[in-house]
Amino acid sequence: MDRYILEILIFLPALTAALLMVTPAAWVMAIRWVSISAGALLMFASAYVFIGFDQNSSADDFQFVKEYEWLESVGIGFSLGVDGIAALMVLLTGIVSVTGLVVATNVVKQPKNYYILLFALIAGVYGTFVSIDLFFFFFFYELAIVPMYLLIAVWGSSSKFKNFSRTKEYSALKLVLMIVAASVLVWIGVITIYVQTGSLTFNMLELRELIQSSDAPLSKDFQNIVFPLMMIGFGLLAGLWPFHTWSPDGHVAAPTSVSMLHAGVLMKLGAFGIIRVGMTLLPEGFETWSLALLILGTINVVYGAVSALSQTDLKYVIGYSSVSHMGYVLMGIGTVDIIGLTGASLQMFSHGVMTALFFAIVGAIYERTHTRDTLVLNGLSARMGWASGFFIVAGLASLGLPGLSGFVSELLVFIGTFRTEPILGVLGIIGAAITATYILRLIGRVFFGPIDPKWESLKDLSPKEFGVGAFLLTPIVVVGIFPAPFLDVIRPSVDVILRGMS
Amino acid sequence: MPNFGLLITEFLIAGLGFVVLIADFSIPWRSRRAHNLTLALLASIGLIFIAIYSFANRSVDPEHLYEQLIFVDGFSLIFKILAMGIGAAVTLISIDYVYRKIRNPGEFYALIIFAVLGADLVASSGELLTAYISIEVMAFCLYVLVAISRGDGRSAEAAVKYILLGSLSSALMLLGIAILFGAIGETTFRYMESVMSALLGGSGNDPSMTVILGLALFFAGIGFKLSLVPFHLWAPDVYEGAPTPITAFIAVLSKAAVIALLIRFLAEAGYRSMDDWQLPLAILAAGTMTIGTLTALVQQNIKRLFAYSSIAQVGFILVGLISLNENGVNAVILHMCGYAVTNLAAFSVIMAIEVGQGDESIEGFSGLASRSPFMAMVMASSLFSLAGLPIYAGFVTKFLLFTSAVQAGLTWLMVVAVVNSLISLYYYIRIIKQMYVHEAVNSVRVSPSIVASIPIWLLFIGMVLIGIYPLPLMTAIDSATNALGPFLG
Repeated sequence: MDRYILEILIFLPALTAALLMVTPAAWVMAIRWVSISAGALLMFASAYVFIGFDQNSSADDFQFVKEYEWLESVGIGFSLGVDGIAALMVLLTGIVSVTGLVVATNVVKQPKNYYILLFALIAGVYGTFVSIDLFFFFFFYELAIVPMYLLIAVWGSSSKFKNFSRTKEYSALKLVLMIVAASVLVWIGVITIYVQTGSLTFNMLELRELIQSSDAPLSKDFQNIVFPLMMIGFGLLAGLWPFHTWSPDGHVAAPTSVSMLHAGVLMKLGAFGIIRVGMTLLPEGFETWSLALLILGTINVVYGAVSALSQTDLKYVIGYSSVSHMGYVLMGIGTVDIIGLTGASLQMFSHGVMTALFFAIVGAIYERTHTRDTLVLNGLSARMGWASGFFIVAGLASLGLPGLSGFVSELLVFIGTFRTEPILGVLGIIGAAITATYILRLIGRVFFGPIDPKWESLKDLSPKEFGVGAFLLTPIVVVGIFPAPFLDVIRPSVDVILRGMS
Repeated sequence: MPNFGLLITEFLIAGLGFVVLIADFSIPWRSRRAHNLTLALLASIGLIFIAIYSFANRSVDPEHLYEQLIFVDGFSLIFKILAMGIGAAVTLISIDYVYRKIRNPGEFYALIIFAVLGADLVASSGELLTAYISIEVMAFCLYVLVAISRGDGRSAEAAVKYILLGSLSSALMLLGIAILFGAIGETTFRYMESVMSALLGGSGNDPSMTVILGLALFFAGIGFKLSLVPFHLWAPDVYEGAPTPITAFIAVLSKAAVIALLIRFLAEAGYRSMDDWQLPLAILAAGTMTIGTLTALVQQNIKRLFAYSSIAQVGFILVGLISLNENGVNAVILHMCGYAVTNLAAFSVIMAIEVGQGDESIEGFSGLASRSPFMAMVMASSLFSLAGLPIYAGFVTKFLLFTSAVQAGLTWLMVVAVVNSLISLYYYIRIIKQMYVHEAVNSVRVSPSIVASIPIWLLFIGMVLIGIYPLPLMTAIDSATNALGPFLG
């Protein structure tokens, strides 16, 4: 198993999708059980990668490395491997996928196609995290994006507000066109890096060695031009301001399980791309632009929080809070500091789990009340105790309450920022304060206070939903109380990346 | 006495064509359905058999006939097999269509076989006049095929446009060849090379205007056949008016053949003077893909949309050709294979819709996913492939094409290409939206017959296979391009 564990992560979802394709659409229960079992297996495989990752290994920073020939004549190989950051992301993908697949059982319209697309997305996400070949990194990156269009346009929901409306088709098209447009920038970057190094290899480990060697095939000018392409190209998927506008619309229109996967793992691909491709292959370009990234990340934090403050739709609040929290990740990357970058990596994990929990609970509430309007929802805790409990813990994690995962990662990002640009650190903390405002206000309004008689008959979470909530809650608490094992896995890889910078 | 054994493939194809024609009128057919089905199976299985036979009996060393008039080498072999594959696939996917809409299946299938023969010769020719005559063999079959639905006004109109413009372009090409012969004294590619590079400004001479004029006219003719901008205006009308199987056939076969000719011409005759070609060809490529893509945005008829989309695709192919390095040429051939498979898959769905509900508009696809999930999946996959998204063929082939452009130092061209590729996604998504998001306007269940759905499955699998494991095909292509002059080895 050890030998093929990364292949399993990619091919298990791919083969499940293929299996579902030939299953008759009427066998709904079989389709659900096959999907959930595949999700559970993926969860175990992901945990296996994370636990099996040897943080004390002195040899190379990438582990479980496997290489297959693919197109040798141009230097493309199917090469897999994980470093500490990727191992953590694999764990995150496992957690979010299995819960997302369980939540997806509430889809009644064409469940077969829904699961096929979901598995294609999951295969793409895993593939991106474990590929060390630049071509396949891009291949899986695009693969993760494509299903989003159909998942939102077919199964999503349109919403009408007082002065504007968003149809699901509009949101889906906006999301896909913006992300694919950004990936065009990545495409240009990937090809020019490959040609400029002139070494006929797409293997990122070999490219890294070449680029950081004394020959330095990529001149500083070249890196300064190409890095912004990567920064915007990947950054857009991470919700980088001012290219974040697809994100809240997309989250609102998407069905619950897609929102969970999208905000939970897909947005991480962007930040991960900046670290894996941008920082590692274009170190000098990154040094030039890191301050810009730090500033944009700070704007993300504050802008996202301020926008969330004025939203009255639950999903828009969570959508903007995602933009804001991804800002911490971008800030942490922009610090070029070991503490900041470690914080950014942990924040990716902690935000992924937290936001998946948010969307799962919001989905459960919406299913019962058919509204997400915070002005209409009041005092739900009287009837939906467990749902409120989960939502409140996720909320407290997102505003950085000590003892929960958000605190650790945000603290690390702030320390990193104070060590490089103290003023931006102050702004970041202001952002965190605004987060506390809107989260507490939201919790107070929706869950506490007198209950609207309309909601008297609401039922609390079903066992299935409760299981999902508890499953997502565990890592939030574990990371909050006992972050050391997670930090130990990230630290050596961050160290290697930063050593490559100077 | 030349070794006629080298032409065994061509003899077999021609023989198959006559067999189909003779079977058509000599057998007393009981039912139209049996008549149609038998001839189609005869033609397609015959072509597949000949393709396998010519692959099994391929010669290891490149050989040629009549002082390099015709090459029999790995390079021509791969295009011959591609042409026969296209012929067989078009025959199979059009069985239902021909049964419903075309009165004389024998002529239809026989002409397809003769067009394949023409394409085969185009890909083998190593001399200008041979190339010209081969192109005409192919084009004449296509002229007749466009006009074959008798009684359909649009088909007749398309045929008239195609013949008039086609013969004009042929005349221009012939004039160009005559001028080149006058200036260079040679029409065989390999012998032209040294004289031409000298006349185009090599070794310090002034470039000869005569040669440039001759080449310009020759390329105008080629450009017409490939529907390069600005020689593309015939394409939308012909694509729209022609019977749909023939639209697919023109879009794929004539392009593959002329691309083969262009590669051989540039590689054998133009290799040393490539620097002089690069800029004009790059501008043609950029214009072709940009205009093709932008015009496709506003189309309502699915066949017109595919006309413009295939114009844009030729632009992408040219991007790989300009670099004329081995990677580029390999990528072009791989893209051509992927493009053929993808387009044929898409056209098989378009045809099924046309036969099933008599509709050629994009709205005709509405709700296809709930009516015929398999057809919708094939169509969506082809569209994603054309837009260059994984896991389909288009992703890897475009990636390699664009890489080769950067390797040739044409980064700007690659940027134009990827931006066009992005814009194209928009109009492909329009069709996907019709199929998956919109409610069905028409409730017809579009389901092809079993015989017709086997090739669709095969095309779909081929499209995915090229996308995720192109190595075997690429190895074959790689050894094929080694037969070309500059890459010998």
